[in-house]
Amino acid sequence: MGLKQNLHNFKVKNQNKKWLPAFNALFTFLYTPNETTHNGTHIKAADDLKRTMNTVIIALVPCLIFGMFNAGYQHYLALGEITQAEGFLGASFWTLDNLLVGAATVLPLVVVSYGVGLAVEFVFAVIKGHEVEEGYLVTGMLVPLIVPVDIPLWMLAVAVIFGVVIGKEVFGGTGMNILNPALTIRAFLFFAYPTWMSGDKVWVHGAVERAGTPDAISGETLLGAYAQNTSLAGIDYWDMFWGLIPGSVGETSKFLIIIGALFLIFTKVGSWRIIISTLIGALAMGLIFNGVVDAGWIGESSKFYGLMSVPFWQHLIIGSILFGAVYMATDPVTASQTNKGKWIYGFLIGFISIMIRVFNPAYPEGVFLAILLMNVFAPTIDHYVVQGNVKRRMKRLKAKVA
Amino acid sequence: MSNDIRIKKGLDIKLKGEAEKTTDTAVLSNFYVLRPEDFHGVIPKLIHKVGTKVKAGEPVFYDKSNEDIKFVSPVSGEIIEISRGAKRRILEIKIQADKTQTYQDNGKFDVDASTAEAVKAHLLASGLWPFIKQRPYDVIASPEKAPKAVFVSGYASAPLAADLDYTLQGKEAELQAAVAALGKLTEGGVHVSVGKNSNSPLAGLSGVTLHKVSGPHPAGNVGTLINKVDPVNKGETVWTLNAQDLVIIGELLLTGKFNAERTVALVGSQVQSPRYFLTKIGAEVATMIYDKGVEKDANARVISGNVLSGKEIRPDGYLDFYSNVISIIPEGDDYEFFGWNKPVFDKVSTSRALTFSWLNPNKKYDLDTNTNGEHRAFVITGNYEEVFPLDIYPMQILKACMYKDLDEMEALGMYEVAPEDFALTEFVCVSKQPHQKIIREGLDLMLKEIG
Repeated sequence: MGLKQNLHNFKVKNQNKKWLPAFNALFTFLYTPNETTHNGTHIKAADDLKRTMNTVIIALVPCLIFGMFNAGYQHYLALGEITQAEGFLGASFWTLDNLLVGAATVLPLVVVSYGVGLAVEFVFAVIKGHEVEEGYLVTGMLVPLIVPVDIPLWMLAVAVIFGVVIGKEVFGGTGMNILNPALTIRAFLFFAYPTWMSGDKVWVHGAVERAGTPDAISGETLLGAYAQNTSLAGIDYWDMFWGLIPGSVGETSKFLIIIGALFLIFTKVGSWRIIISTLIGALAMGLIFNGVVDAGWIGESSKFYGLMSVPFWQHLIIGSILFGAVYMATDPVTASQTNKGKWIYGFLIGFISIMIRVFNPAYPEGVFLAILLMNVFAPTIDHYVVQGNVKRRMKRLKAKVA
Repeated sequence: MSNDIRIKKGLDIKLKGEAEKTTDTAVLSNFYVLRPEDFHGVIPKLIHKVGTKVKAGEPVFYDKSNEDIKFVSPVSGEIIEISRGAKRRILEIKIQADKTQTYQDNGKFDVDASTAEAVKAHLLASGLWPFIKQRPYDVIASPEKAPKAVFVSGYASAPLAADLDYTLQGKEAELQAAVAALGKLTEGGVHVSVGKNSNSPLAGLSGVTLHKVSGPHPAGNVGTLINKVDPVNKGETVWTLNAQDLVIIGELLLTGKFNAERTVALVGSQVQSPRYFLTKIGAEVATMIYDKGVEKDANARVISGNVLSGKEIRPDGYLDFYSNVISIIPEGDDYEFFGWNKPVFDKVSTSRALTFSWLNPNKKYDLDTNTNGEHRAFVITGNYEEVFPLDIYPMQILKACMYKDLDEMEALGMYEVAPEDFALTEFVCVSKQPHQKIIREGLDLMLKEIG
């Protein structure tokens, strides 16, 4: 029997130790446990939470790998050392140099995110004596993908600790939290270090250290540029779609996000209701703004003009609305839990995202604020949906009595 | 009159070891056991001491809270042992059967010529009452309260369930007598469901409202039938009966004898030759399970009932009062290497997260009792609704039960449900929460607080 038997004996021998949950967390990654059902259903479906979380991670991996290449690509492109890649398979994109630079900047983010986050989870599991829950597996993967490349690692570590403790553990751990932990981390970074997060330097690797020197390069995002009523040179719609633009690590490639979304929907892990309704909401708000511009209510001199005049469908390929819709809004714990509620919840996220994007030129990325806002309102939406069912039951009773 | 009920939400779990349609007579069991635990919420008061001789159909104990409800011996013989647990709770009453059976004669009963009161009194006195369960609370029916309707499901859709079309064959007379008696006790009539393409003997009964149901499990659950026909409102009561118990009721009405005989399916992947047995309530399962069944020392679980909501029993245990299935499946008390991330082909799943049971929906699976993961808080949403056809929010009602909010439980439809309605949501639950237990405890709490 070897390893399996040894680990089992070790677990039995130490079953009263305080630190056993930490051991179990590692053990159950190697082997699914030998637990059997008792009364209740004697058989169980194959899925467990680890498998579900793992599926989301699989959907995120392409974005991460692309993010590494893109980090290097944007770096060299800004330095003028390489030419622009033509399309997704462009020769100057998928190069080893790009990957090396990207890996050197992105992998530390992943390591810090997982290392710090899981350490906090383990500590809480040992203190509270419950098993280590899997929620952080996905959060830990999301975090590196939604931060700028050049964020200092200590900042990330502080934010992760804050996000996991305040965003999740104080509510009782995975399944009990109100706010999406990954977005809590992002929000913490945004509000604690605003000059970093909303600056025009951090989005391209190397831009910060060169700032103020003769070698200075621009580290701005497209959205930031749009908000200033300008644009970035040399970027067309296909670049936005393929993701060859500066931005947070993993959220630039709309193409890969769509693939990830299809995978999540196919595996039934992600809610297609939320994804679709978020996009509908975003398009609706975009259309309204286009209408406002067309009606001539807002002139070119207005500071809102830049983003308001963006054709409605383009909102989906700039910024991270798509990433938010697919990987953030669908977090089942913080989203609405009823199917009807999911439609409303998603629609409002899309709607509010674009509204914040247009009306808040200082920080045009409204998606994470919109999702956090709707996280707070999700229980309210559910409440009214469930009340519909309750009322129907009351009515049935009244019809009987009358 | 017949109505069609079609269920879309649900899940048919196809397992290996379905019973072949042949019936063997089981070896006569020496001992029979009545377990008060089978009758949820009943506090037993013994009538006889150890050593007393009883006839088949003679009361052995009654319900402390309602003395009219009597529980009778399935066989004639001698009470040889009463085993007790903590606080002297009675666990088992063991009866050694006589070689030749004698029956208590309750007399032939003419249903048509009797009043409702007389029918009720007869059912209570002859020990048939425990077969009648009620909703709300899924306990033995209270004789004081007239039900608004009676529901019987004649369609077994649970995995590896005994085929009622087969086990009820030739029992038309008994079934008819039983539903006639029950029809007297309610104004709402007796609702009977049968499978859409079945030739169930129940379909030919008169004096019932027939419903033809189709769709995946839980189409055959009586809870689904109630929800689709006439859901229970606050203050109302409905009765439910198992179709196979109607036979015992009918026979007693026709002949005066309490004949505890029942056709039981022996099923499951661990059974060599799954088939039907003719046996009696409370019989030792050892009389059946080793005969071309399970290996002597196999690492198997014996379940009295179906794999979704049956009770775990020891191989030397006894058939419980309501079951007509004995399922034997392998125990899953082993670790599985990388079981959480490798592709799964040999287990059932409703997702497609590297689980491939959606590829061949007609494949039969050999599932074991492993939980396939650890217990977690509720995380995933929306998957219960896919297998839950009732007009109730399953996750919300489960949570209401967990935090014991009586008002919310009531508002969300607690009066309508029984634990078995939540068997499928429990099966698919990613967080491995014990749904049926949560619902049972919620019902018990309501019964205690509201009554």
